[in-house]
Amino acid sequence: MINKVVGDLAAAMAGIQSDASIMISGFSNAGVPTTLVRALGAMNLTGLTLIMNAARRIDECDASLFNDRRVDHVITTAFRGPEAAPANFEQQWKRGELSLEILPQGTFAERIRAGGAGIPAFFSPTAVGTSLVEGREQRDFNGQTYVLEEALTADFALLRAQKADRHGNLFFRGTQANFGSAMATAARTTIVEVAEISETGLRPEEIHLPGIYVQRVLQAPRQDQIA
Amino acid sequence: MSTPPLSTPPLGTPLTRNQMAWRAAQDLADGAYVNLGLGMPVLAANYAPAEREIFYHSENGILGVGPVALPGQGDPELVDAGSQLVTLRDGASVFDSVASFAMIRGGHLDITILGAFQVAANGDLANWDALSAEKGPLIGGAMDLSMGAKAVHIIMRHTTREGEARLVTACSYPLTVRGRVNRVYTDLAVLDIEQGQLVVREIIPGLRHDELAAVTDAPLTFAADCRELIAPDLDGGI
Repeated sequence: MINKVVGDLAAAMAGIQSDASIMISGFSNAGVPTTLVRALGAMNLTGLTLIMNAARRIDECDASLFNDRRVDHVITTAFRGPEAAPANFEQQWKRGELSLEILPQGTFAERIRAGGAGIPAFFSPTAVGTSLVEGREQRDFNGQTYVLEEALTADFALLRAQKADRHGNLFFRGTQANFGSAMATAARTTIVEVAEISETGLRPEEIHLPGIYVQRVLQAPRQDQIA
Repeated sequence: MSTPPLSTPPLGTPLTRNQMAWRAAQDLADGAYVNLGLGMPVLAANYAPAEREIFYHSENGILGVGPVALPGQGDPELVDAGSQLVTLRDGASVFDSVASFAMIRGGHLDITILGAFQVAANGDLANWDALSAEKGPLIGGAMDLSMGAKAVHIIMRHTTREGEARLVTACSYPLTVRGRVNRVYTDLAVLDIEQGQLVVREIIPGLRHDELAAVTDAPLTFAADCRELIAPDLDGGI
């Protein structure tokens, strides 16, 4: 019998090791897996690659993640703290302690989608003619220039959704889905925290992400982002 | 909202932030699908004529953003791209970021209104990297929006705080997109970009053409029917 619901955080986070690549969902305060991110920070791993829309949100969730060289590489669309003074993660980047790949948000989303869909690369019009894609492979189609973008995958994806069932089927509330539904397809192990577990199972028509993409589900109340 | 009476500020008074947003909002057509960038652009939603039905897109996954939620009534899992707790209008839908950017990149949005550091006369836009010595970079959705939307409108002050021109022959800041800006609303004028030329459509009363040219770092063409740029008093008297 399939049962993807795990009983505690340790079971949810099992197997995440140093040097892992980890996708983290969330846009602003919606869909941020706060409980899982804090657990990740407490694991004292090093050499992590984090793939997330905005570094600030994850830093607000657990500032310790950016301490002690835990994060080695970041792939993101926004690497800026909220204050005029540089945030811890900005200082680390300026000091050369972590490397950064900054992407347009649509390219970020589509590279993850491609990673989960068996598409190794695609041509995009976004960022053509900017410093971001200088020296990269480009090609013209119908008179317009496009740049080659490669798929993104990861060892783990951490998500938050509203509801799940034992099969790992997910229902998102409001704007919770954001990058999470694509990240779940592009990661080898997807771990989801949810507000509710449906004992009777989600109705097929209300499933936003089929359980085939989800390996573990943990029930966890929504926590405020800023501890 | 109802339109307040036209203001009568001293001649040559630049528009306020709200007035620039108001002017940009007057060009949003009935039935338009529109994405508003952070800062001044989002203010435009307050000033679109009430009789027009406009769908606001938020790149985190909403088509049909409604008013900001009343205090205590918002859902923290329902936010717009500016992190505000919002409501959904009649006919709204929510979706994931992949679908949202397919909508953007696929050319389905009618207009995006964005802020900018600089706009060049050839339609180049620079609005993502301020070349700060201390702060990290932030691209967000601006490169996709400016490449994908059918029309790209910019709201920005005509000059920097130090008085340097923001409308230039060639951008010195890193580019967001090449050649995609159609229209610029500043605190002094409304300009269209046509065949690599800045064409002044409206100018504030009391500002001479040579005075506008002196704070612009690219040649200006004044439209034959160039009008006065007049906005209502939106800031409780000046």
